[in-house]
Amino acid sequence: MTAETGYNFAYLDEGTKRMIRRAILKAIAIPGYQVPFASREMPMPYGWGTGGVQVTAAILGKSDVLKVIDQGSDDTTNAVSIRAFFARTAEVAVTTRTRDATVIQTRHRIPEAPLHASQVLVYQVPIPEPLRFLEPRETETRQLHALAEYGLMHVKLYEDIARHGHIATTYAYPVEVAGRYVMDPSPTPKFDNPKMDDCPALQLFGAGREKRIYAVPPYTRVRSLDFEDHPFRVQTFDRPCALCGAEGVYLDEVLLDDAGGRMFVCSDTDHCEERRADGPIGMEAAHA
Amino acid sequence: MLARGFTDPVHDAQGVFRAVMDALARPGTIQALATGLTPPAPLTPELAALALALADADAPLWLDAGLAQSPAVPAFLRFHTGARIADDPAEAAFALVSDAAACPDFSAFAQGMPAYPDRSATLVLAVSALSGDEGWHLDGPGIRESARLSAAPLPADMPARLARNHAGFPQGIDLILAAPGRLAALPRSTRVREG
Amino acid sequence: MYVAVKGGEAAIANAHRLLAETRRGDTNVPELSVAQIREQMALLVDRVMTEGSLHDPDLAALALKQARGDLIEAVFLVRAYRTTLPRFGASEPVETGAMSLRRRISATYKDLPGGQVLGPTFDYTHRLIDFALAAEGEAPVAAEAEPLADAAHAPRVTDLLGRDGLIEPSAPDDGSAPGDLTREPLDFPADRALRLQALARGDEGFVLALGYSTQRGYGRTHPFVGEIRVGTVAVEFVPEELGFAVPLGEIDLTECQMVNQFHGSAEVPPQFTRGYGLAFGQSERKAMAMALVDRALRAEELGEPVGAPAQDQEFVLAHCDALQATGFVEHLKLPHYVDFQAELELVRRLRAEHAARHGRHETEMKEAAE
Repeated sequence: MTAETGYNFAYLDEGTKRMIRRAILKAIAIPGYQVPFASREMPMPYGWGTGGVQVTAAILGKSDVLKVIDQGSDDTTNAVSIRAFFARTAEVAVTTRTRDATVIQTRHRIPEAPLHASQVLVYQVPIPEPLRFLEPRETETRQLHALAEYGLMHVKLYEDIARHGHIATTYAYPVEVAGRYVMDPSPTPKFDNPKMDDCPALQLFGAGREKRIYAVPPYTRVRSLDFEDHPFRVQTFDRPCALCGAEGVYLDEVLLDDAGGRMFVCSDTDHCEERRADGPIGMEAAHA
Repeated sequence: MLARGFTDPVHDAQGVFRAVMDALARPGTIQALATGLTPPAPLTPELAALALALADADAPLWLDAGLAQSPAVPAFLRFHTGARIADDPAEAAFALVSDAAACPDFSAFAQGMPAYPDRSATLVLAVSALSGDEGWHLDGPGIRESARLSAAPLPADMPARLARNHAGFPQGIDLILAAPGRLAALPRSTRVREG
Repeated sequence: MYVAVKGGEAAIANAHRLLAETRRGDTNVPELSVAQIREQMALLVDRVMTEGSLHDPDLAALALKQARGDLIEAVFLVRAYRTTLPRFGASEPVETGAMSLRRRISATYKDLPGGQVLGPTFDYTHRLIDFALAAEGEAPVAAEAEPLADAAHAPRVTDLLGRDGLIEPSAPDDGSAPGDLTREPLDFPADRALRLQALARGDEGFVLALGYSTQRGYGRTHPFVGEIRVGTVAVEFVPEELGFAVPLGEIDLTECQMVNQFHGSAEVPPQFTRGYGLAFGQSERKAMAMALVDRALRAEELGEPVGAPAQDQEFVLAHCDALQATGFVEHLKLPHYVDFQAELELVRRLRAEHAARHGRHETEMKEAAE
């Protein structure tokens, strides 16, 4: 018990942690497969990261250093709230620096800085089933995964091409993991999909409301679904970050006025701040 | 008198879990495992630690003959985990094998179903030697290019068993090899070739 | 370790302070006590307990106070508290046949053993605002009540029908512990016990609307209210180390047994079937709606065509929980600007391509005309 909260270390009771830990181990052994788990009712709403919070609570130890981001930023309100929850119930060190963290819980982004082998990235997942919007029934989608029958997904993507000339999926873009399961990467922009491939860090996914946990082990092939004549492509931005000058990173569009004024800045706030702290190159770009 | 369990149940269990998680996530790597346990023989401290960290009323254990025959071992495990000790290996979530060379065929254990491959057993084998510098060649998820692993004692046909297990992916068992003070794992996703 | 504290943390702290102040309202008005809520908002307390899956009137009343009367928020507080409680096991099945009755009505018989007992009901009140209540008058005195029939003389209507074989027997108790959907992930198809559990926890409004839909033809079940009974039952538990049942206390329940038409099949002669509803406290609307949906969800088991929403267990069970629903609907409030940026980029590109195509198309037309 922590004296302050009256709750167990990292809030969850030990029985719940064991149940989640067993699910995590099976998820790692079967990359991309969604393991059902008895998601608990957490003291925060479903849809606000209860799956990610349960996964983080189950893996977290005293010596971990936790980073929580939402939309790439450590300072968005829900990231602040989740970080405060763990700082209080688990008394772990928290950080905003990607490279200092051992556990990073995220919603909607993968950090720009390359992850390393001693890190675990925990994703908050709203709808874990990549086939859900094509087939709403769990009994059906489970069979499709069992048979590795993913034609439905290819048809959907191809219909996009026929209609729009492009695959019109920009986030939660489906991936194939280790040549077997098609997986939802959570609603990260497809810009981040390539970072999942052959990543040195362990990636864990928690969907609390939908009661599923899945995983991508380190150094695992994660392929975004595509077609020979329509290869997978990520978004590109035609300008650098207005603050740090970074190129090849994901940018947020910030409206400055009601006359069309706008600027584009790094979505990953830690990455942006580190570049600016690193000195003159970034600052010059900012003044350019 | 019953041997005691973890000194610090919360953090010791977390430490054991993280070692197992890292071992499964990075097949072939050797993870340190300090247990602080002195369980009744022939249960090794590492097997005991795995059971205490991961088994409970919802996750039954199966014990090989050597463990099941010693009355102190089932009593120790029941008291500290609350887990049912299954007679039928197919009912076990975790199988503890003290005599690894005599490990039953994997088909005796739950393999999961096509729609639920997670409903499968994890086998924990006590070995005396474990090295990541020599032996089998491993590749698959969690492995950067390739890795190696050797462990002893094991059944002579272990590579063939592991090959069959991998061929059944996504169904199959997952294997943890626990030597004094350290462990390694071979999930079903790992392809094992003799060196 | 240094943590960058920027707007978010301070904003959250301020919002919490403001919430506390707003919850209290005008401090010139006396503060509500938990006991007042428990006694005078009893039906609301019952609903919080039912959907919160926890029988504790004081806790439910406190949750309502903390939640400023927001029902789902109060259920949330109760559920999140419940999760942290140790689970000792399942009680013995409560014997509603032996209920100490406060209300008992049947729509299928004019009179029956034990009689019709209206009890405290809104049913025949005229819904006229009672301005006398605003004057905070004296407590009204209840009419001298007839002593209620003791339970042995008020058998359940379904038991009476069952004696003649006119209604399907209820499934025998095989002694196995019921599943617990708060401890195991729901797996389809779910058995009836789990479905009932989900419906009991389910949002009253959602279950009500689904039950209503069956009456309007979306999965019709030809229901009759066999019986609604409201009263007190004893709860007993068999501790592992004792091996015999010990009383834990008494709780108030509302039980509804619907009697539904069934034409029979090749194997089964025509007989009535059952729909079942049970809720904490006096929660008749919930128990009735639940019984309608329970029966609709048995369509497949009874060999009836399945097509209506109320008959589709994946649809019903996946969407009946108010906490899941509210969490996911309300999570749309969270920032989504990263994904929105991705969509913006796509829409701009598609528009540019559309304009280019459109322009080219016009040129082609012009050339063809020439």
